Amino acid sequence: MYGKGLKPLSITTVAMLALSLSLVFFYAPLDGDQGFIQKIFYLHVPLAMTALVGFIVGGLFAIAHLRTDNRKWDAYSYVSIHISVIFGVAVLITGAIWAKASWGHWWVWNEPTLVSFLIVFLMYATYYPFRYAIEDRDRQARYASVFAITAGAFVPLNFMAVRMAQSLVHPRVFATSNGGLPGEMLVVFLCCLVAMALLWVTLVKFELTAKSASGQVKRLRRALDAPAAGGGSRIAPEVS
Amino acid sequence: MTPTRAAFAAILAKDLRAELRTLQSLPAMALFSVTTFVIFRFGLDRTSLSGSLAAGVLWATLLFAAVLGINRLFVAEREEGGFDAIRLAPIDRSVLFGAKVAALVIYLAALELVAVPIFAVFFLDGAGGLGPLIAVLLLADLGLAATGTLISSMAVNSRARDLLVPLVLLPLVVPLMIAATGATEPLLALGGPSYHRFGTWLMVLGLYDLIFGLVGYAVFDFLLED
Repeated sequence: MYGKGLKPLSITTVAMLALSLSLVFFYAPLDGDQGFIQKIFYLHVPLAMTALVGFIVGGLFAIAHLRTDNRKWDAYSYVSIHISVIFGVAVLITGAIWAKASWGHWWVWNEPTLVSFLIVFLMYATYYPFRYAIEDRDRQARYASVFAITAGAFVPLNFMAVRMAQSLVHPRVFATSNGGLPGEMLVVFLCCLVAMALLWVTLVKFELTAKSASGQVKRLRRALDAPAAGGGSRIAPEVS
Repeated sequence: MTPTRAAFAAILAKDLRAELRTLQSLPAMALFSVTTFVIFRFGLDRTSLSGSLAAGVLWATLLFAAVLGINRLFVAEREEGGFDAIRLAPIDRSVLFGAKVAALVIYLAALELVAVPIFAVFFLDGAGGLGPLIAVLLLADLGLAATGTLISSMAVNSRARDLLVPLVLLPLVVPLMIAATGATEPLLALGGPSYHRFGTWLMVLGLYDLIFGLVGYAVFDFLLED
């Protein structure tokens, strides 16, 4: 049931990614200051924005889970956070590459956005051991939702605190308001943002479909009295 | 007295009495922080501290000492069936959250009453900054108690309880520590306290307390269901 519409969605995502990447390499003007390496911006920033929104969305699903007590929302919340954590790894790696190329160091502590992102990433990385440590499935789902809500509230607060801790304002290439970007770059950037968001949605849908399929297989096996092949993941919630 | 306030007072009194009689957490927390100061003395190879270094040593020590207390906050509830008693009692369950936060704030204040003067004797040249530091300590204690109670109540019902509190709590209190050290740093500066951005950081601490106090109050009900 989760698989419905997966094919057109995947095709759209791939097409959008291909379009965005060709725009990045053939249409977007070269940055006068940083040259070619600046193009990683079109990958790094949309990834980061999608991951952060994904974390918040995971928190909203968690609220839905606690309000309705429907386990479906817990699975949504888990998968949202899961995909966002994977995006987060990509954000930190692309960020490090960019920092090395433009500032000469793999890591810079005075870029507040990157540091905030690292802290948020570390916070969400504890989601897995946290879930894993709780055995009872109902309790695990409830506690995971509480975690997702708490961490969701933590994200904006953390960004504020890290930004305020900067003693001097670093020249910001990653302008959060797109005011600093020339028109063509802005178009390409927005295109990439849409592509990344689509990629996130597609991956979430794939993960949910896979989980629901394996859940169904398990149920059918049980109905046939056949032994379950392999154990499912003990951390991930089951999807009906 | 309303039933809610009566329940709050009863749980808080029970916690404080149990701590006074068993002395499970507080002496260990105090001893831990003094030993940590000694380790910092050699780790940093400094005999006196000021400014950001002093703020960092003080807060890192207090935070890790607090983790010791937070770890043990709900152990009695779990082992002696206190959770079931709260579930059976005709009271709002958030009362337990409020009472535990209050108890933890009192523990932390008691810890700081011992640890901060010792820190001052060990490392500081003057005690001028310690007066305004009380405001920072109280606000940070409140935030630490709110998040600590929330995490501790979940960790105690898991398999890896002693591991989970430091694991999940430390990233969660990073903003709190940024604000607390930011406010403390000018207070302990060389050549007398200054108040650079002191009010701003106090506001951040207050905002953190407010947000996680409300989050904890809102979600705590779900943690006690079974």
